[in-house]
Amino acid sequence: MRFLLDAEQRAFADSLDAMLTAADTPSVVRDWSRGDHGGGRALWSRIAKAGVFALAVPEAYEGMGPRPVELAVGFIELGRHAVPGPLVETVAAAALLAELADPLPAGRLLPSLASGEASATLALDGAYALDGDAATTRLALAADGLRLAPGHGPVRASLDPARHLTPLSPGGELLSTAPPVAHALGWARLATAAQALGVGLALLDRTVAYVKQRTQFGVPVGSFQAVKHRLADAKIALEFARPLLFGAALTMAPADVAAAKVTACEAAYVTARTALQLHGAIGYTAEYDLSLWLAKARALRTAWGTPAECRAEVLSGGDRRW
Amino acid sequence: MDLTLSPADEAFRAEARTWLAAHVPQTPLRSLETEEGFAAHRVWEAELAADRWSVVSWPEVYGGRGAGIVRWLVFEEEYYAAGAPGRVGQNGINLLAPTLFDHGTEEQRARILPSMATGEVVWAQAWSEPEAGSDLASLTSRAVRTNGGWLLSGQKTWSSRAAFADRAFGLFRSEPDTPRPHQGLTYLMFDLRAPGVTVRPIGRLDGRPAFAEVFLDEVFVPDEDVIGEPGGGWRVAMSTAGNERGLTLRSPGRFLAASDRLVALWRGRADPSDTALRDRVADAVIGARAYQLFTYAHASRFLDGATMGPESSLNKVFWSEYDIALHETALDLLGPDGESADTDWSEGYVFSLAGPIYAGTNEIQRDIIAERLLGLPKGRR
Repeated sequence: MRFLLDAEQRAFADSLDAMLTAADTPSVVRDWSRGDHGGGRALWSRIAKAGVFALAVPEAYEGMGPRPVELAVGFIELGRHAVPGPLVETVAAAALLAELADPLPAGRLLPSLASGEASATLALDGAYALDGDAATTRLALAADGLRLAPGHGPVRASLDPARHLTPLSPGGELLSTAPPVAHALGWARLATAAQALGVGLALLDRTVAYVKQRTQFGVPVGSFQAVKHRLADAKIALEFARPLLFGAALTMAPADVAAAKVTACEAAYVTARTALQLHGAIGYTAEYDLSLWLAKARALRTAWGTPAECRAEVLSGGDRRW
Repeated sequence: MDLTLSPADEAFRAEARTWLAAHVPQTPLRSLETEEGFAAHRVWEAELAADRWSVVSWPEVYGGRGAGIVRWLVFEEEYYAAGAPGRVGQNGINLLAPTLFDHGTEEQRARILPSMATGEVVWAQAWSEPEAGSDLASLTSRAVRTNGGWLLSGQKTWSSRAAFADRAFGLFRSEPDTPRPHQGLTYLMFDLRAPGVTVRPIGRLDGRPAFAEVFLDEVFVPDEDVIGEPGGGWRVAMSTAGNERGLTLRSPGRFLAASDRLVALWRGRADPSDTALRDRVADAVIGARAYQLFTYAHASRFLDGATMGPESSLNKVFWSEYDIALHETALDLLGPDGESADTDWSEGYVFSLAGPIYAGTNEIQRDIIAERLLGLPKGRR
């Protein structure tokens, strides 16, 4: 029992952090929000080169996975830098394809997802797919099975401008009549939880820095107890979401993953509310970078399982396993 | 990163489980906040100690098993899963004993720990005073030098378990004219039945005498009952405080077992359409797991040589608020039956309400988190 990241896992996080810091990710996010995907695709390729997507792809298909702990480590960093795109959806698609009874679609599609040449989005029965306008592989789970969608419908705006909600076109090649949806959902929830935790950590860091330098009544607002206590509560929420995330990555049990998802997303959302309040009006503006994380915290909260769905999952499995 | 126990740790778990299954009282003991319940819990402590289960983490020479932190956590999980009684000796075992291990003398450890392990001597904490709660350093009870020891005078209050306990430990002002209030304090142990001591039980919310006021009138304490250096008591006390807020006072095993009981209650009682209540039950399950895993991560850091720092404040706020939410959910599930004062849930509820107040109020803990973990400036309270 050694429930800590090892040196290699920490180094992986640090190198992703350094790369994403140097890449001026906020300007990539703003371009992506306007539908200009060039910078995002270039960043995607670098993230893939760092190995992030390969962690969800089995070695048999030119990946390095499945390695959920390392994937969680990577997705925390993607969240911390508000990286745009169908990140979670690509992971979910990889998990889904890797477990199909027929190995041919996996052989055809997975190597390019692992290498970052392709990105994927995935829509459950009639729901919107994230960034179907940018993803190169569009998977639709329809009544008759898993289909490779031929295109997408009109783009709808999300509360997070960096997320484009796209219905997928009906029809297309039928890949499987019995896709392992629950398996893919587990990976999607794990990656979302990690991304949300990263979003929350970034919001906390930025807000702590802000309240140290913003002065009112002649002192930093961070010296006021009301401000301190809100930030302390955000810190507590995030620090108790972290072990749930890694515990879930180790077991991949649906109840554990659901617990991590709801807890990380609620922690990120509470932190977003705190961050907005403590920044005051500047936090409420689109031009200030904080908005990139604020909007994402709200969107991730209901992506891949609402809080109520996740809580129901926690109680659905009978007695606890730990 | 892994969560699997070694075969030896699993064997330890199996041994604990077997012993507990054979020994845990069939009928729950009366509340340890009553005189009869207190006595019954002492008997249970002796039974635990007879097979060296009362203080598994201590060295064998003092009655323990020399178990590391992982096995201590495993034992606690088994202990509460088995429905075993609350620990009447916890103030001594969790607060005084770690202090003696860190700051006591070999003579003190040999004299004090064995009788603590068996429940023969039950200890109370005597820190707070009427004007010194969160601002503990403002305490005014005095320790005055005398031949071969000290004379204690003053008043302590909110002293947990002191209504029925045997001895107490606390801080006293031994140098009244120091420039700073944290200086000139001495950490002393005293007998609650010594001449000059008056103990007045205080009823808590439900009327049970869970704590007491302690009046001291020139109570003699020999030199060998000073822990650490005279005048250096603050540093000694703060190491105890870290333990209190940290993982020893509320082990995850207790909450895992309680959340299991809550789920069973929910399955037996709940209206399936009440999704709000269902969500609260789920949050109780999630919170117990979060606390368990958070503690495992901490334990792993300790094994790497880390010590308890301001992170213990995260712990304290979490478990104290979690404990209340868990019990409130249970009482709401019980509906009007939740009002009954003689259930484990109501006893636990009343106990939980004190959590955000003792061991340093949660307001103080949030200040510590903000200033020491987040680096925010000290300022107006």
